[in-house]
Amino acid sequence: MIHSLISMAVLAVMLVLSQADSASASSNFILDSNCPRGFQLVMGNRCKLRTLYQFYSSTQNRGMGGTHSNLPKHRDGFSPQQIDLGRYLFFDPLLSGKQDFSCASCHHPDKGFADGKGHSVGANGKPSKRSAPTLWNSAFLTSFFWDARVNSLEQQALGPLFAPHEMNNTPSKLLNSLQSSTTYQRLFSDAFDNSATGLANQSLSIDNLVIALAAFQASLVSLNSRYDEYAHGNHDALNQDEIAGLNVFRSFVARCSECHTPPLFTNNQIAVIGVPEDDGDEFDVGAEKTFGLSKLKGGFKVPSLRNIAETGPYMHSGNFQTLREATEFYNKGRGHAVPKDMDLTLHWHISEPDLSDRELDLIVTFMRTLSDEKFKPRIPTQVPSGLMPISQKQNNKKIAQGDNNEI
Amino acid sequence: MKFNSLRVAGFVLTISAVYSFAGTSAIAVPPSKLSSASTPYSADSHIMSQASKKADGPAGGAKQFYVTVNDGELIQDAVKAAKSGTTIRIMPGTYSETVYIDKDNIRLIGVIVHGKRAKLDGLGKLNDAILYSGNNVVIENLYITGYKGNGIMGQAGNNFEIRNNIIVDTGVYGIFPQLGVNGIVEHNVVSGIEDAAIYIGMSDNIHVAHNDVFDSVAGIEIENSRHAIVENNNVRNNTGGVLAFVTPGLPIKTTYDVIIRNNFIIGNNHENFGAPGSIVAGIPAGTGILVMAADQVIIENNIISDNKTAGILIVDHGSAANVSDDPESEPNPDQVSVLDNTMLNNGYQTIATIKELMALESRDIQPDIVHLSKGTGSCIANRSRYKTVGVAGFTDCDFNNTDHVVSYLLDEPVAPRTIEPSERGQIAYLGVCSGCHSYNGRLIGPSIQTIQALYFENPEGLVAYISKPTNKRTDYPEMPSQAYLGKETLHAVAEYLLSRTK
Repeated sequence: MIHSLISMAVLAVMLVLSQADSASASSNFILDSNCPRGFQLVMGNRCKLRTLYQFYSSTQNRGMGGTHSNLPKHRDGFSPQQIDLGRYLFFDPLLSGKQDFSCASCHHPDKGFADGKGHSVGANGKPSKRSAPTLWNSAFLTSFFWDARVNSLEQQALGPLFAPHEMNNTPSKLLNSLQSSTTYQRLFSDAFDNSATGLANQSLSIDNLVIALAAFQASLVSLNSRYDEYAHGNHDALNQDEIAGLNVFRSFVARCSECHTPPLFTNNQIAVIGVPEDDGDEFDVGAEKTFGLSKLKGGFKVPSLRNIAETGPYMHSGNFQTLREATEFYNKGRGHAVPKDMDLTLHWHISEPDLSDRELDLIVTFMRTLSDEKFKPRIPTQVPSGLMPISQKQNNKKIAQGDNNEI
Repeated sequence: MKFNSLRVAGFVLTISAVYSFAGTSAIAVPPSKLSSASTPYSADSHIMSQASKKADGPAGGAKQFYVTVNDGELIQDAVKAAKSGTTIRIMPGTYSETVYIDKDNIRLIGVIVHGKRAKLDGLGKLNDAILYSGNNVVIENLYITGYKGNGIMGQAGNNFEIRNNIIVDTGVYGIFPQLGVNGIVEHNVVSGIEDAAIYIGMSDNIHVAHNDVFDSVAGIEIENSRHAIVENNNVRNNTGGVLAFVTPGLPIKTTYDVIIRNNFIIGNNHENFGAPGSIVAGIPAGTGILVMAADQVIIENNIISDNKTAGILIVDHGSAANVSDDPESEPNPDQVSVLDNTMLNNGYQTIATIKELMALESRDIQPDIVHLSKGTGSCIANRSRYKTVGVAGFTDCDFNNTDHVVSYLLDEPVAPRTIEPSERGQIAYLGVCSGCHSYNGRLIGPSIQTIQALYFENPEGLVAYISKPTNKRTDYPEMPSQAYLGKETLHAVAEYLLSRTK
């Protein structure tokens, strides 16, 4: 009895302390009622993207082609509050099983919303099978993960949250953590209550959590590079070498732009290009597994090249450290790195371009003009859980020996 | 623009002057005016000339400025200097360069003097001869050879006219407009191409007519495109003559509404020299017309003869080599209509797959027409006039010609998107300005409030500054010029910016 009283008292003190803590923190968290830069607030409290590419059209309205083509269909229309809640959640380690790991751990704004690793490291400290892709311009993508296995940002978010080798949480534990934060209860209510239900608690759900994460990610737009200035008509925005690089890039010898098609610099398709795995790593079948199609063995999504200079290493498992090496891969001969016993249906544009060293350099020079991080969001200095916004712990953890986990 | 090609042909014939301009936009310029052609082009030597008649090709009939490029000069220098609505006349000579056109309303017109043309020579080293992404681009009368990539490549330019060019031994594709709407490819002579001589990729409303294509792997290819007519072409001694394809794995997934009519498709038996892995490398030599997975293809009134594998081959993706798999791509050719054609001496040395197919039907013939797919809705007219395999499921066609379709070209050029000035201002402000300026605080540049104070009720002053910024603040980086946005948008964005209240 005495024991339990004492423990209750201790518990009460702890509760008071934690409430005091969250109460003081709580008052600091007010969701932004303005849209992020590049977005306009329209009727219904929704943020709509505005870009000069909206001045153009495109064949079949697929949003690809040349300098004056519009962009593919994109996700927007989230409320400013949903986007801002998503920003807090994105940086909050509360979302991971051991609360030491946030989305930003592998998608860090200072690393092009990637992590600079070929094999991203999850909550178990082990390197995974693939490299975390950038989140810039993910609003324009039609499929997610390297093997294109889901079709929305919301579905994508569910993957790493609950994957044992990534954030290693469970839906019930995550919901519990969020519900135990009065701040998050209030913020979810601010972002999602439409007063129709009148039930504040219903706004805090896994469904709304992933909507908020999607809203934030859809706000990460990079369309103001020097290339864009050139495309919109300022032909002085690129220097002679950069224009020469653009011309090699889109030439039918290099054929880069056949798949990395402007303005997004991806055609949102799957391509089998025959990139080797690191020595000793098992061959990654990629999209073959997703679609059950043997001709897609070793196929991966064509990544956008926007901000590509900020997001090395390159390819699905970071096989190439530099842009130059990644570019040179395409010049080394069709199928040169395909394992001998592997029968791959290589993409028809994987050819023998026989580009000169100078031309390879020029392509790299051009790709560097695709960088633009003007709309980089603010990293919150504190997050509603009271935890450190981005844990660097896992970056310092000793990388254990590999297992084959898919990103 | 109906009967465009006929009228153009007539026009060429009527020109008797030394200077011959083909094409709808051509204006007979008196030789006296052309004397300035011998001086290097410059802004001063522009011949300001008003079009005396409305041109009515796909590129439209905008007023033209004229500049002339002479042997020894660079065509690209003229393109760089050109404003919208410039006709660049290229005098005979040899030009070794890649010409790229990232602006609208540019015409490259070769001037033919005593039969001599401007020759673009890639010397076996340069990638492409001409790359354009602008709209309303016209390319005429050039001789192109020795490039590694393409002769003429369009990347999403609409309203194009590619006419009367000679393209020899040039890389992968001779003429390749990609992702464009409303274009004509006519009166070109293209040969010795390792893929398609003329390749229409992911485009709409296309007219390919009166071309002579030979000694290439593919003659004319219509791929992942709609509303296309291929007519009056001479297609000879290629590996495959005319192709209508859906290629899987491309962002646009369909080909339909293609008319292939009134062509000579003769002796397309050239050894296949396509690059390993390319889709055309899988085409059996001796294929007259190849329909792969394309829908609503009408084949009418062609003379198809001496193609050793088959006159017409209609297949799905499964029977094609080097073709990927795409869950979003429908693999069967549906609603193909084979109307009256003159077919003679095809299939005399056909391939094993077709022989197996014939064995299944207990037939031993030299096939004009072979069908191998699960496609539906196809028809054939007067089937007894052809030697056929696999067309038992085809119905008899309930129509016998396409006379009602003169052209799929649009009556007016595809117009730029109309964006109201108010909206232009807002889009430019949010899409561009907000990258460096926030309403009430310093970002890369000063705050909007600061700018509003400086340019209160003075949008013209603001336009002047952002068109040609000078660095006013030593602690800020210099602003890049925004003149490229164009006057209308600059004014709109200045008004919009000055009216912001948050």
